[in-house]
Amino acid sequence: MTARVTLATAHRVLTQLRRDPRTMALMLVVPLVLLTLLRYVYDDRPQVFDHVGGPLLALFPFITMFLVTSVAMLRERTSGTLERLLTTPLGRGDLLVGYALAFGAVALLQTALASTVALWLLGLDLAASPALVVVLALLDALLGVALGLFLSAFARSEFQAVQFLPAFVLPQLLLCGLFAPRHSMAAVLRWLSDAFPLTYAVDGMQRLTASGEVTRGLLTDLAVVGGASLLALVLGSWTLQRQSA
Amino acid sequence: MMNSVEVAHLSVSRGGNAVLRDLSFVLRPGQITGLLGPSGCGKTTLLRALVGVQRGVRGTVTVLGEPAGSARLRRRVGYVTQAPAVYADLSVVENLRYFASVLGSGRVEEVLQQVSLADRRDQLVQTLSGGERARVSLATALLSTPELLVLDEPTVGLDPVLRRDLWQLFRRLVDEGACLLVSSHVMDEAQRCDRLLLMRNGRFVADATPGKLLETTGAKDVEGAFLALAEAAA
Ligand SMILES: Nc1ncnc2c1ncn2[C@@H]1O[C@H](COP(=O)(O)OP(=O)(O)OP(=O)(O)O)[C@@H](O)[C@H]1O
Ligand SMILES: [Mg+2]
Repeated sequence: MTARVTLATAHRVLTQLRRDPRTMALMLVVPLVLLTLLRYVYDDRPQVFDHVGGPLLALFPFITMFLVTSVAMLRERTSGTLERLLTTPLGRGDLLVGYALAFGAVALLQTALASTVALWLLGLDLAASPALVVVLALLDALLGVALGLFLSAFARSEFQAVQFLPAFVLPQLLLCGLFAPRHSMAAVLRWLSDAFPLTYAVDGMQRLTASGEVTRGLLTDLAVVGGASLLALVLGSWTLQRQSA
Repeated sequence: MMNSVEVAHLSVSRGGNAVLRDLSFVLRPGQITGLLGPSGCGKTTLLRALVGVQRGVRGTVTVLGEPAGSARLRRRVGYVTQAPAVYADLSVVENLRYFASVLGSGRVEEVLQQVSLADRRDQLVQTLSGGERARVSLATALLSTPELLVLDEPTVGLDPVLRRDLWQLFRRLVDEGACLLVSSHVMDEAQRCDRLLLMRNGRFVADATPGKLLETTGAKDVEGAFLALAEAAA
C-alpha cells in the first residue's frame, strides 16, 4: 500500500461521483427532505422529533454509503477494471482505503449539511456538541462503506446488490432499538441485536441526544462501530483475489 | 539473452473442462509472436496464465525470470484484456492519469500520442467508439513501458489505417527490446508477426514464422495454412 496510489484511487472515485451530479444531489438532499418531513409529521410533539432525529443523523450516512459503495464496487468488478487493477502494483488496501476516503469525504459533507439543517433550522434538540455528532456519523459512514465493499463480492448484478439493503440493513434497523426498546425483545432477538454493529451506531446517537458527556458507554459504541468497520474492510480485502477461475 | 517467457507443461481446466493441454514454449525479447486460433480454443486463457490471473494452472510459467504473477512483475508486464478495462465515466486523460499514478509512470502525453488519441483526451470514454475505447485500454498498458506486453485482440474494430499505425507501434516496441504476444483471429494480421503459434482445442498445431508456415503447408495465406493444419489434425 502506498499513499500515492491510495490518494489517486480516492481522487478517481470522487471524479466519477462528480460525473454523476444527480446521485450526488440525492445523497445530499434526501436526508434534508426526510428530516424536514419528520419534523412536521411530529409538529405538535417535538420530543418525538428529538428522540428520532439524532439516530437518523447516524443512519443516513450508513445507508447511503452502503448502497453507493456496493454498487460502485460491483461495477468495478463487472467492468473488468478490478481485474485489470489487480495486475498492476496497486495493493488491495489502496483500493479499499481509497474508496473509504472518497465516500468518507462525501459522508462528511452529507452529515455537516444534515446536522446544520436539523440543529439550526428544524430545532432538533441534542445534548451533545455537533462535533461529536459528526464524528459518530463519519464512523457510521465508514461502517456502511466497509460493509458495502465486502458484501458487493457476493452480488453478481446491480439488482442483487440493491437487494442487500433490505436483506442486511433492514433487520439491523428493526433490532437496533429505535423502533422497540431492546429490553422488550425476545431473548434471541436481543442477542442478535447485540451482535449487529448498527445497534451501537444508533445507541451512540441516542446517548448524544440525551447527554453531552463522553461516557464509557459512548466510547464503547464508537469502538464497536470502528472495530466492525475495520473487520469488514479486512474481510473485504480477502474478496479481492488477484486470480480467478 | 534471457527468455521473456518460459512455459513448461502448462495445463489449465476451467469449469471442469481441459482448456489448455500440456503447452511448452519460450518467447524471446525483440519478437512479436501471434497467437492465432478459433474462438474458444484457449487464447485468452493462455494469456491470463502468463499474466498470473488464471486460477488452477498446472505446470510452470516463468516470466522475465520470475514465477508468473509475482508482485515484482506487475510493472514489467502489460496486459490488455479482450474487453476494454477502463472507466466509462471518466475522460480519456483521467483514465490514463489514474493508471499512471498506480503504475508510477509519467508518460501520459507520450502514450496518448502513441495510440493517436491526443485529440480525444477530454472526451468521456462512454462516448468513444469501440475502437477508440480499445485504444484507451491499450494505452493504460503502455504507461509503464513493459518488457512483456500481452495483448488480447487489440486491433478488433479498427480501420486499416489505425491497424497499420498500431502494428508500427508494436514493431517499435519490440525494436526497443520488448517481447509482444498478440492474440488475434484476424488471420491477415499474422503476416506482421515474427512468429506464429497456431492453437486449436488448447494445443499448438503449428509454431513457425509466417513464411515457413506457408512453405510447409503450401497454402497461399495464413488462413489457408490454418485450415490445412486443422483438417490434418482432425
Ligand atoms: N470461467 C469459465 N468457466 C468455464 N469455462 C470457461 C470459463 N472461461 C472460459 N471458459 C471456456 O474455456 C474455453 C477457452 O476460452 P478462451 O476465453 O480462452 O477462448 P479464446 O480462444 O480466447 O476465444 P475467443 O477468440 O472467442 O476470445 C472456452 O471453451 C470457454 O467456454
Ligand atoms: Mg479470447
